[in-house]
Amino acid sequence: MEVWKNIKIKRSFRQIRMEKIFRSSLVLIALSILVMVFAFMLTLIIQSLPSIKALGFGFLYGKTWDPVANIYGTYPFLLGTLLTSFLALLISIPFSFSIAIFLGEYYPRGWFSEFLKNAIELIAAVPSVIYGFWGLFVLVPIVRSIELKMGITPYGIGIFTSSLILAIMIIPYAASLGREMIRMVPAELKEAAYSLGATRWEVIRMVIIPYSKSGLFAGVLLSLGRALGETMAVTMVIGNTSIIPKSIFDPGNTMASVIANEFTEAASTLYLSSLIELGLILFLVTVVINIIGKKVISRFTQ
Amino acid sequence: MIIGALQQFIEKNEKLKIINMYSTIKKIMPAIVAFALIGFAIAGCNSNSGDERSDTAKGDDNTLLGAGSTFVYPLFSKQFSEYNKLTGLKINYQSIGSGGGILQLTNKTVDFGDSDAPLNEEQAKNMGVPALHIPMCSGAVVVSYNLAEVKDTLKLSPEVLADIFLGKISKWNDAKIAAINAGVNLPAISIVIAHRSDGSGTTNIFTDYLAKVSEEWKIKVGKGSAVNWPAGLGGKGNEGVAGLVKQTPGAIGYIELAYAMQNKMSFAKIQNKSGHFITPNLASTSAASNITLPADSKVSLTNTEAADGYPISGFTWALIYQEQNYNKRSETKAKNLLKLLWWNIHEGQQYCEALHYAPLSPAAVTVAEAILKSATFDGKGILE
Amino acid sequence: MSPNIKYRLGKSGAFKGLVIFFSVLCTIPLMLILFYIIREGITKINWNFLTNLPKPVGETGGGILNALVGSLLIVFYAALIAIPFGIMGGIYLSENKKSLLGYWVRLSVDVLQGTPSIVVGIVIYFWIVKPLGTFSALSGSIALAVMMLPIIVRSTEETLKMLPSSLKEAGLALGLPYHKVMLRIVLPCGFSGVLSGIILAVARIAGETAPLLFTAFGNPYFTTDVTKPMQSLPLLIFNYATSPYDEWHDLAWGAAFILLSWILLLNIITKITTRRWKIQF
Repeated sequence: MEVWKNIKIKRSFRQIRMEKIFRSSLVLIALSILVMVFAFMLTLIIQSLPSIKALGFGFLYGKTWDPVANIYGTYPFLLGTLLTSFLALLISIPFSFSIAIFLGEYYPRGWFSEFLKNAIELIAAVPSVIYGFWGLFVLVPIVRSIELKMGITPYGIGIFTSSLILAIMIIPYAASLGREMIRMVPAELKEAAYSLGATRWEVIRMVIIPYSKSGLFAGVLLSLGRALGETMAVTMVIGNTSIIPKSIFDPGNTMASVIANEFTEAASTLYLSSLIELGLILFLVTVVINIIGKKVISRFTQ
Repeated sequence: MIIGALQQFIEKNEKLKIINMYSTIKKIMPAIVAFALIGFAIAGCNSNSGDERSDTAKGDDNTLLGAGSTFVYPLFSKQFSEYNKLTGLKINYQSIGSGGGILQLTNKTVDFGDSDAPLNEEQAKNMGVPALHIPMCSGAVVVSYNLAEVKDTLKLSPEVLADIFLGKISKWNDAKIAAINAGVNLPAISIVIAHRSDGSGTTNIFTDYLAKVSEEWKIKVGKGSAVNWPAGLGGKGNEGVAGLVKQTPGAIGYIELAYAMQNKMSFAKIQNKSGHFITPNLASTSAASNITLPADSKVSLTNTEAADGYPISGFTWALIYQEQNYNKRSETKAKNLLKLLWWNIHEGQQYCEALHYAPLSPAAVTVAEAILKSATFDGKGILE
Repeated sequence: MSPNIKYRLGKSGAFKGLVIFFSVLCTIPLMLILFYIIREGITKINWNFLTNLPKPVGETGGGILNALVGSLLIVFYAALIAIPFGIMGGIYLSENKKSLLGYWVRLSVDVLQGTPSIVVGIVIYFWIVKPLGTFSALSGSIALAVMMLPIIVRSTEETLKMLPSSLKEAGLALGLPYHKVMLRIVLPCGFSGVLSGIILAVARIAGETAPLLFTAFGNPYFTTDVTKPMQSLPLLIFNYATSPYDEWHDLAWGAAFILLSWILLLNIITKITTRRWKIQF
């Protein structure tokens, strides 16, 4: 009897110990994630210190990127990034909102809706290097023939082409979030509008869109975040030149594509740290955009 | 997403739901087991090879890692594959560009680098310890173009070439091009310039040439392995530029001779210092490098005096540390590396011609031998 | 509102037509991509392609065995690293909804999720590659694990949050220790949700190229040694697609086909496991 009791006590002690270990390891892992992200940021900052010190704010608006002369101005890349991202956003919004409305309001069920939903998820799943590959071999010749017809220099690759590829890639983000948001519009509100004699379009315009607009906005923000940071697909079709683009058909460079192209090449300290500073800027911008997006969503859902 | 899931959850009876979960787990169990099995199979296969390796430290000594010039990549891929058949040594060479090769050697992440441009002062300073330049072969940089209508070989003078790359000549039927290409029907399309987007020795050779022949280029752009191009598209690596030229009508770009020959791309005759228009080929490249070499082999071969020499060519150098004992490297590894390079400048040279590289001249081989012999392990010579 | 009901209904119909038009149009690029990859890729696949190594320039034939195995290994080790961290992190977050640390951890997971993949590559280069003095498959795995982590953490957290608290309470009331309640009761109940998060994360990173550029580096030889540079499918596609050699383009198409079918398969598995559990990113 006594022995039996001892075993039981021992066992429960062990379990208590295990419980403590488990709890503390949970906290430890949570802490390690936090520490890792801080170390992440710290690494970027430390590595880009030489260029921050040497170049200051001139880094941001300097118009020349000339590694030979040790001149590092990122304006062409900032411009290239903004151009491609916003152009892509502009192209993708009609599509992603249409899909959101289609799936959220018109046809929530049915075989085509299922198909569309799966297609959207697939678009998000295809790796970016495959988009780049496809773009290089299929889209570029198409764009080139259009440019030949328009009588401009037939680069084929350039800002416009990368925006097209990016637009396809970012559709799912705004579309699937928009669909959820539109689904959440209370039926009472819509029914009230219908009972007042509103048509479907009027309900969408006056009830659904105003009600879900912050959600739609968040979806657009997440899309933008993705577009800004996208590397491989853009690198393969943007043309990789540090000249300031004069039109959207010109080749250019984005922050991410410069890093991908030149990071393994940068043989001088200042060059390398300028590239890392670019990475730091990219990191901060996408993080801020993503966090705003997430905050909007969580406020909307609560 | 979250909300949708929540709603669905509430929709259904909670108790039922939990039962459902267990049945779901049961259903997908085979998938999980399969997944785990695949994982273990791979892990198992990995540990097997790990065992083999741990018998001796051979696995580590049996590989060499190199990185750098894309200029020499086709030759290296052939030479290293042959050397692997001979000795079993696995040489992993990644063509990330000459700048990359220098940086990775500086960071000591590779065993050897390869660059088409010798180290400049800052790069040498960053390395801290002396590095050796061993000439591997010489190659020509050709000016390739994509003009379906032009069947004859285009001729270009240094001035016209510089003007094209400066963006001052923007149409193919420009009078300046037509003047030196009498009788050639030049199309009225725009010139699309293709250049390297990455730091590159090919760029260094090409811009070194342009800076020698054009005062304006020297002032505006200068020479280097990555310059601020006044115009054009960037492609990554020789492959990237060749790809751009091949795909874009009206394109002009500079690439390594081997890339142009293997891809049957057309390239221009360039006027050399003595006024002749020279077709780039092995003979004209060798002719250009027929000069006396300094002991450290660091010399530019562009725009040389040779009357029948092609004016845009240069050496590519393998880069290694003179003192091979660093980062706890084994002596075997150092020996393997030196033997490989020794083989490269002797037997390996036979693969040059088939791939359109100019083999080293006997004088260059002698210089390279002396350089290789100066490499040390713990202060002692490796090749005796 | 316009008094003319016909006009208004017409407008409504026109809008519906527009929505349908854009929705249908959107599936076209996807179909085109799948079509090209399958058409170009499937003809390149044969036994030699799957079991040989790439040949040097100028020799025909050659396969992608090194990239195939390399990709599997790199992703496998990435999953091995990310899964324990991700699940434990997810459990912590689902259990500490209001705590200060929970807030910060959630924020850092969001930060990580928004981080461009190229930046992850840079940081891992400085953390692992430079100190160790060599490029390695392991550093690639770590970079990919960092990218997997937020997806696993969030999917675990969301799944566990959705479970009724009565489940946990019942377990605790029976006197079970906390870790047993969490690992033996709560986690298995949310198993399919957690699993689908993991598969989704694997599918996401299997095609990642940017973080591997400066870490796994590539290798023309077959290797299973994770401390050495290793080839992977996305790297191979990127390098060969931008080359001018037709033989290399063929290799890239075949590799793209394999990578794509692999990712499709993973997505279908996720679909099956999540039929009841609606969890997205």
